Amino acid sequence: MRLNYPSNVKIIKVPCTGKVDVIHLLQAFERGADGVYIAGCLEGDCHFLRGNLRARKRVEYTKRLLDEIGIGGERLQMYNMSAAQGPRFAEVAREMTERIMTLGPNPIRAKKGEAEMETG
Amino acid sequence: MKSESKLEQILTKGEFAVTSECGPPRGADAEVIRKKGELLKGFVDGVNVTDNQTSVVRMSSISSCVILKGLGLNPIMQMVTRDRNRIAIQSDILGAAALGINNILCLTGDHQKFGDHASAKNVFDMDSIQLVQTVKLMRDEGKFLGGEELKGSPKMFIGAAENPFADPFEIRVPRLAKKVAAGVDFIQTQCIYNLPKFEKWMKLVRDRGLHERVHILGGVTPFKSVGMANYMKKSVPGMDVPDELIERMKAAPKEKKAEEGINICIETIQRLREIEGIHGVHVMAIEWEEMVSEIVKRAGLFPRPHIEG
Amino acid sequence: MIVAERKPLEQISSMIESNNKILIVGCGECVTVCSAGRKKEVEILASALNMVRSKEGKPVEIRQETLERQCDGEYLEQLRGFIGEYEVVISMACGAGVQFMAEKYKNSLVLPALNTKFIGVTEEQGVWSERCHACGDCKLHLTGGVCPIARCSKSLLNGPCGGSANGKCEISPDLVCGWQLIIERLSDLGQLEKYEEIIPINNWSTNRDGGPRKVVREDLRL
Repeated sequence: MRLNYPSNVKIIKVPCTGKVDVIHLLQAFERGADGVYIAGCLEGDCHFLRGNLRARKRVEYTKRLLDEIGIGGERLQMYNMSAAQGPRFAEVAREMTERIMTLGPNPIRAKKGEAEMETG
Repeated sequence: MKSESKLEQILTKGEFAVTSECGPPRGADAEVIRKKGELLKGFVDGVNVTDNQTSVVRMSSISSCVILKGLGLNPIMQMVTRDRNRIAIQSDILGAAALGINNILCLTGDHQKFGDHASAKNVFDMDSIQLVQTVKLMRDEGKFLGGEELKGSPKMFIGAAENPFADPFEIRVPRLAKKVAAGVDFIQTQCIYNLPKFEKWMKLVRDRGLHERVHILGGVTPFKSVGMANYMKKSVPGMDVPDELIERMKAAPKEKKAEEGINICIETIQRLREIEGIHGVHVMAIEWEEMVSEIVKRAGLFPRPHIEG
Repeated sequence: MIVAERKPLEQISSMIESNNKILIVGCGECVTVCSAGRKKEVEILASALNMVRSKEGKPVEIRQETLERQCDGEYLEQLRGFIGEYEVVISMACGAGVQFMAEKYKNSLVLPALNTKFIGVTEEQGVWSERCHACGDCKLHLTGGVCPIARCSKSLLNGPCGGSANGKCEISPDLVCGWQLIIERLSDLGQLEKYEEIIPINNWSTNRDGGPRKVVREDLRL
């Protein structure tokens, strides 16, 4: 199955979404990501029992934090899918890309861009 | 007599006492309290004056008591421990006694969360039982809590409230026993709707002989509407309203709902008079003071006994 | 432990509005256990403040440190070498830690990142609740091991009040009535007769009411 998905999605592999912590998500935005989503196993199918459920809670917490920061929690999303759901993976990649396109660039990156223009 | 209270004299003579309640206004207009007082005058032996009830700021209980006293009523000053420490409490007791107030009802008070100043700091330097002890110490031993002697004791008749329906039920009678041990003279109960449960409580009270050591006045509140009955059942903590009373209110024709509420109230008073150890009723007609006279008359409790002084 | 919670980010960022060099210091004791001021929270706060400031086009330099604890001078000493290089210090300790750091470094502006809430326990992972008011005169032997001062909303020594219904406190259906707990406990211990002993009016002078408190052990002093 050779499915196309937007090339702007950069994949970072982790052994389990339960390994993803709040700080990892924040640092992605801090370094300029416009959006981040986590693709975890289907709920109930975690090899480590609750890894994906914990990831979901951390995502919810980080969304609120991003709202507080002023970046917007909607730039972060948790999805669940199995390894066998290739089309779903591609669909989510397009859905998230569309959402981010609508929201525009990460305001931090935008501001840094401005600064570079001015100094450059 | 322990006090100079008219209520004490009536209860000591073995008369069935009637008290009622009056909420001070949310402003400085004395006329409001006078109007309420006039509606009650001659029909009751004592009038409770609430102390910032439900933690909503109102005219002070002491000043409202003085206004009612001026009309010839016998005010029962409610005092909650929520807003004053022991210094202010003792000072206010002395002040009230000096102004001729000779009944006090000792309460803990609703948490300020319910009121219009939820961000206030609460005090609770003491609880209601310790307040009873405090008044008794001042009256009978002529002493302050700090141990010093006071000049001129406050001759106050000491009351407290008790809710036979609150949880946990197994400590409701022991709790009354604690108040009796602390030195309370009279008790006004929470509104009684569930008579079988109340009778069960009174039986336990009599088993311990508490009814001979304290005057118990049963609390009654007439329903004005089905909505009020439902509200009392569902939203007032520690209130026990049986479904059959709600059904009775629902069954009454629209224009006779209030009358049905009064009927239920009068029937409750009649049954309370039959219970051994019940020495009176406390009629709490919330913002419905004009009905108290009718309830007292129809319950056969009018005229009230005349007490000199 | 002392349980604390991070202040809203907006409040913290407004405290440091005009500063560009910031030191954030976590604490390895109570606030680590309650996940309010651990190394991890220091990282998160640093990252969040970085983003807030980058977004405003006013980037900020942040250094992160986490001490063993901030309520002991010997650990605070570890900041001595570099604290002076920063315009402000944000302490992620309880109120005691924040103040002690300010006492030790008189020329540094030390700001609080946490709201210190109470002395409590971990009820379950992620849930903490209050148990002690530090009244200075423990009464747990009288009340079946449940504190009436900390667990009753009105700190009644002879409760419950009339607002106790279905075992819950009048101020919230989610809050257990402290006196319900006391009675259940006395009953389980076969000590319900203790309920009828009136606990006398309290001496609050051992509490905060007696002024700021101090404990001195002469045998331990150097």
